[in-house]
Amino acid sequence: MTTTTTPATTTAATTTADELLIPVPDEDGAPFWEYAAQGELRVQACAEPACGKLRFPPRPCCPHCQSFDSEWRLMSGRGRIWSYVQPHPPLLPAYAAQAPYNVILVELADAPHIRLVGNLVASADAPLDSVAPARLRIGARVQVVFTETGGVAVPRWILEKS
Amino acid sequence: MAATLKDATAIVGIGQTAFAKQLPQSEKELACRAILSALADAGIEPSEVDAFSSYTMEETDEVEVAKAIGAGDVTFFSKIGYGGGGSCATVGHLASAIATGQASVGVAWRSRKRGSGPRPWKNTAVQLPTPGQWTRPFGLLRPADEIGMLARRYMHEYGATRDHLFNVAMACRNRANENPAAMMYERPLTREMYMTSRMISDPLCLFDNCLETDGALACVIVSAERARDCRQKPVYVHSVAQGLPAQHHGMVNYWNDDPLSGPAWTAARHLWKQADFGPDDVDVAQIYDAFTPLIPLSLEGYGFCGRGEGAAFTEGGALEMGGRLPINTGGGGLSEAYVHGFNLINEGVKQLRGVSTAQVPDASTCLVTAGEGVPTSAILLRA
Repeated sequence: MTTTTTPATTTAATTTADELLIPVPDEDGAPFWEYAAQGELRVQACAEPACGKLRFPPRPCCPHCQSFDSEWRLMSGRGRIWSYVQPHPPLLPAYAAQAPYNVILVELADAPHIRLVGNLVASADAPLDSVAPARLRIGARVQVVFTETGGVAVPRWILEKS
Repeated sequence: MAATLKDATAIVGIGQTAFAKQLPQSEKELACRAILSALADAGIEPSEVDAFSSYTMEETDEVEVAKAIGAGDVTFFSKIGYGGGGSCATVGHLASAIATGQASVGVAWRSRKRGSGPRPWKNTAVQLPTPGQWTRPFGLLRPADEIGMLARRYMHEYGATRDHLFNVAMACRNRANENPAAMMYERPLTREMYMTSRMISDPLCLFDNCLETDGALACVIVSAERARDCRQKPVYVHSVAQGLPAQHHGMVNYWNDDPLSGPAWTAARHLWKQADFGPDDVDVAQIYDAFTPLIPLSLEGYGFCGRGEGAAFTEGGALEMGGRLPINTGGGGLSEAYVHGFNLINEGVKQLRGVSTAQVPDASTCLVTAGEGVPTSAILLRA
């Protein structure tokens, strides 16, 4: 059997000009990044009407009903911080330059068990360390924004205006 | 033929090299030295070895090892995935092979040059697709970052504090201070040092992370029947288990319904089901400690306390000598050596032989676990 097209994991550039890592989609994840480029946060869902369950990370078939039919459901983009870390060096150089920065895990308001790793920033294009560490709090409400890095739109998160 | 693995095989030889930040020998040479040392300890000729088991990451190939040490015809070999989650499974695979007649003398080993070698997390190209595309670009780069995320949530949910993590680091360091082979021998840790050390991935500081080590270890497994004629007192493999829970995601188990109950829970259920005794009967435990938070999580998973009670369990010297459950009596990955958990297996054997540098009096049962937070494995040993 011949191999199917595989993601460009070794040949394509994997970093931006400032050397932050660029997401390298696999076949299952590609739609997430295509929708992100349109400014939409979408999550894979089973397309079987009797099931319809969301799943993340994306995969070929539904773990609940084994259907191979899927669709990508639009999320509100709202969520809450489930946990976070503040990495310090040793790190890859581009990340060390912004350390300590934050990495947050956001639990989506629309789907509590789907959690996305991201960064809490002051505004969409602000650096990874643009929010004061004291403002990080589990349970804080956040809203997705998108920024382009190395030609790829990636989700980032800002504190929800209350 | 045995219908159960219970006490059907025994570890009869253990061996190790020096542990250091940098050793001049290659991984292959270190592996051969540890294996030959374990065979000499058992009093078994290398030509009698017919089974090998190892685990992935920084691997030394069994083809190379077999020909280097002068093994005979090999009829069983296996390699377990997921790095440190595979340590105890090597013993389990060999026990299964020997108990079912596929082989008669098995060797498991681990050789690493992590002290002087590259950091696996720096090789980003191979990590960026699943699940790396969902984590790496955001700066969640290293195992310490991945476990730190779970640790922060654990602290939030259950009121665990850095003092609890310090209890873990301190217990391991205290045992290493008694073990001349440990990298942290004669290097005491204080609460002051812990609380003022630099952060690696807040909430995890330097002392919440395992050592970087060059070194190798090995053990030899034979049938219980043959073990009676060996040089050393047999240490029986009482129960074995692996654990890959439903909907598990590896180090980043964030998308599971319940990220704080990891593979330990799955392995534990099977481990205890096959055993003649339970957690209350364990005299000493060697619990995989690449990071301090893995200890409270594992204490819960393996049933030494209830859900959310792992941090409180560490209070009052429970993990120290004379405490409720002395752990990592050689110093563990935090303070003896980080050799992907294999030192925990050999330390378990030493305890049941009665020759540990931090001997628990009359220890006759020992739990050894592999990496929690990844598909894992565990063994129960008995004297």
